[in-house]
Amino acid sequence: MTQVVVRLENIAKHYDDQIAVENLHLDIFAGEFLTLLGPSGCGKTTILRLIAGFEMPDSGNIFIGGVRVNDLAPNQRDVNTVFQSYALFPHMDVFDNVAFGLKIRGLKNREVFTRVTEVLEMVRLKGLEKRSVTQLSGGQQQRVAFARAVVNEPLVLLLDEPLSALDYRLRKEMQLELKRYQRKLGITFIFVTHDQEEAMTMSDRIIVMNQGRAEQVGTPKEIYEEPVNLFVANFIGEINIFDGFVVEIGSERLSTRMEGHMFHLLNRRGFQPGRKIRILLRPEDIQVHKTRPADYFPSLEGQVEELIYKGSTVDLQIRLASGKSVYVTEFFNEYAEDIFYSRGQQVWLRWFDGWEVILPDD
Amino acid sequence: MGTWCKRLYMAGIYLFLYLPLLILIIYSFNRSRYSTRWTGFTLHWYEKLMHNSMILDALGNSLIIASLSAVIATFIGTLAAVAFYRYRFIGRKVLYSLVYVVMMSPDIVMGISLLIFFMLSGISIGFTTLLLSHITFCIPFVVVTVYARISGFDPRVLEAARDLGAGEFQTFRYVLLPLLMPAVLSGLLLSFTLSLDDVIVSFFVTGPSFEILPLKIYSMVRLGIKPEINALSTVLFIFTLFSVSISQLLIKEKKK
Amino acid sequence: MTEKSFFRRSAIGIVFFWITLFVLIPNLLVIICSFLERDPAHFIRFVFSTESYRNLFAAVFFRIFLNSFKNAFIATLVCLLLSYPFAILLCRVRPSLRRYLLVLIIIPFWTSSLIRTYALVILLKGNGILNSLLMGAGLIREPLQILYSDFAVFCGLVYTLLPFMILPLYGNIEKLDIRMVEAAFDLGASRMQTFFRIILPLTMPGIIAGSILVFLPALGLFYIPDILGGAKSMLIGNFIRDQFLTARDWPFGAAASVILTAVMGFMLLAYYYSLKRFNAKLME
Repeated sequence: MTQVVVRLENIAKHYDDQIAVENLHLDIFAGEFLTLLGPSGCGKTTILRLIAGFEMPDSGNIFIGGVRVNDLAPNQRDVNTVFQSYALFPHMDVFDNVAFGLKIRGLKNREVFTRVTEVLEMVRLKGLEKRSVTQLSGGQQQRVAFARAVVNEPLVLLLDEPLSALDYRLRKEMQLELKRYQRKLGITFIFVTHDQEEAMTMSDRIIVMNQGRAEQVGTPKEIYEEPVNLFVANFIGEINIFDGFVVEIGSERLSTRMEGHMFHLLNRRGFQPGRKIRILLRPEDIQVHKTRPADYFPSLEGQVEELIYKGSTVDLQIRLASGKSVYVTEFFNEYAEDIFYSRGQQVWLRWFDGWEVILPDD
Repeated sequence: MGTWCKRLYMAGIYLFLYLPLLILIIYSFNRSRYSTRWTGFTLHWYEKLMHNSMILDALGNSLIIASLSAVIATFIGTLAAVAFYRYRFIGRKVLYSLVYVVMMSPDIVMGISLLIFFMLSGISIGFTTLLLSHITFCIPFVVVTVYARISGFDPRVLEAARDLGAGEFQTFRYVLLPLLMPAVLSGLLLSFTLSLDDVIVSFFVTGPSFEILPLKIYSMVRLGIKPEINALSTVLFIFTLFSVSISQLLIKEKKK
Repeated sequence: MTEKSFFRRSAIGIVFFWITLFVLIPNLLVIICSFLERDPAHFIRFVFSTESYRNLFAAVFFRIFLNSFKNAFIATLVCLLLSYPFAILLCRVRPSLRRYLLVLIIIPFWTSSLIRTYALVILLKGNGILNSLLMGAGLIREPLQILYSDFAVFCGLVYTLLPFMILPLYGNIEKLDIRMVEAAFDLGASRMQTFFRIILPLTMPGIIAGSILVFLPALGLFYIPDILGGAKSMLIGNFIRDQFLTARDWPFGAAASVILTAVMGFMLLAYYYSLKRFNAKLME
């Protein structure tokens, strides 16, 4: 996984006076499933359109397969796009839609037929060749759009929120299906979405985008467990954020005041005394105790304010003495059969040492 | 360079469309009767127009026909559009297609079909036949304008009205009609203009007993250029200009 | 009767009644009339005959027809070639300005074509503006005889009917999804391929609708040759009018009109199928 397929070199793009992409540098490797994740307007679709050739960068270079493609038109680039809401050609049937790219390249009818049939079989649309695309269901249209792009065996497949028009169940199904096709075909996928769950499910690597910048690049695990800043931490999943203040530092640990207690936490980032910090904790990393745990590690005291039963978990909203709300997720499992609480119940919160993430407060 | 070519092309089309009309308007103020040379500004031809009783009579007749046919066609056309939208009945699609066919069909075909119909049914050619014909060719334009607007808005608005206890007529009167008003008014204006301008259908279905303006102009124009016609055409063009602009404003309103 | 069914019945009833009485029956009468014999006293005699249709193929009339169709076809083609690039360019103008540019097309659309034809006379006549300009520029010495020629009629048709081509084309091209074009490029199509395989088929309904609105009037607008072409050039429209008002041969005129209606039928059918291709419906 070291061969670079697409390289973006200091790319910048503005629309009028709005920044869409700012000084982006990115290498995309052969065969990987890369997801651009971010809120709407963060520039993720612009990056896709820059690679596809629908937009020209204001500055910087784009390389595809080692060749600089800045001046190449979309039809000359070895990439294909699965468009948001598909952009299928309404005047053609399923077969002609999928065959379009091959016919344009002047392939012989026999070969076109073989390859289209093969791809349609893969996406389970065999038998619908002559159907008009306007008569297909959302999921089927999605598959045609996908087939139309991959049949050309592009170096890179660009997918612009391809699942956003589908309902929840179908989306889940298609996520796994797309992942399977990607493994099978070995094509590099660049996938754009605003849905963090979707990104986590499918990607080898995720780029979290915000206001035209890449905030963090990493595997789903890295992004989730070690967010590099508050934006990433907030955007991916639920998280509790506490304010802290470094009182003193030891050899490995720092001492911080937080919610009226003194905590001694691992100082991985080398914070100096006097620094304001934020301590981040995922809801599932927090443990709830019904009695005050009796050891040296301090715990936060609070009252259960809200209980949400979710089947495999129970979500608790706990109000601390300071008035701050903390979200906690407790899993049902054989070790903790008793995770039923009542509203107003007094509880004590703590977590495993080292599971917290500490970020500078800026 | 490319952009200039494109702009030039667009400007060329507009020039082609408007140059003759512009010249017509300028000449209606030209003092000279026969020459194409500009010999000075005058309102003489407009004055002459004001005193030409034949033209004024024809204008009066045209206005009567246009007002009546516009009002009646708008009434029927609006009802039709509502019926097409709200009710599923046998022949709905056929009827709607017919409305389209009427709109597309050449005037001359409609003119002679109505002529044959009126002659065979023994109705004498004149005011009545003219009015019925004008209503007929105006209805499709109203139907299409109003239907376009109805199909643009949320059907749940009507369900909400029913839910709040409005009857069929009350829903129409207090919810549907106010929402449709811009399209209805626009249809009314367009019908009025259409009726005021029609030559071909009118040519077949009216006689000397009831002469209207377009036919009067037609018979005068065949004999060559007359400054009074320049003036009259200018007046009619300005009128079209206003009514189209107003109807466009009315339709545009909905997009806000 | 409930209130609903009363309202419903009267709304449907009145439309049904009107269309039947003033559209359906008159058109049926035209068809019936075309199969009857002429009668100098009562216009028609109720005897079945196909003579009118046979007469249409008589050399004299057939030439008029052919000529009229040829003229209308070329006028339609010229309008299409002028309008298509214009409509595309108009779609690219920024919306705030486009609104006004569009109204400038709609105004001639609704202006009486009689008046617009008349305006052409002033421009084209022997001592008119065009000749004065050309002579002033030294391009010609003698005034050109444009008026009262076939060319004048042709100019008149293109001039009066151009907005009727632009508007439906614009309506269609404006709705064209730009992503279709992008998808075609993305799949490797060149500009030409994209135009012929994607844009042209997708704008076919607009092309056909515009062609109907130009071609049919170009056969029927009898006052254009009257005003611009003297008596020499003739449209089917002039022919039909003369059969009804001067020659008094109703069946003959009716037969010619049936031909026009049939042409319209074919064109509407083509329109319908061009829409059906996308599963689009007339009523949406």
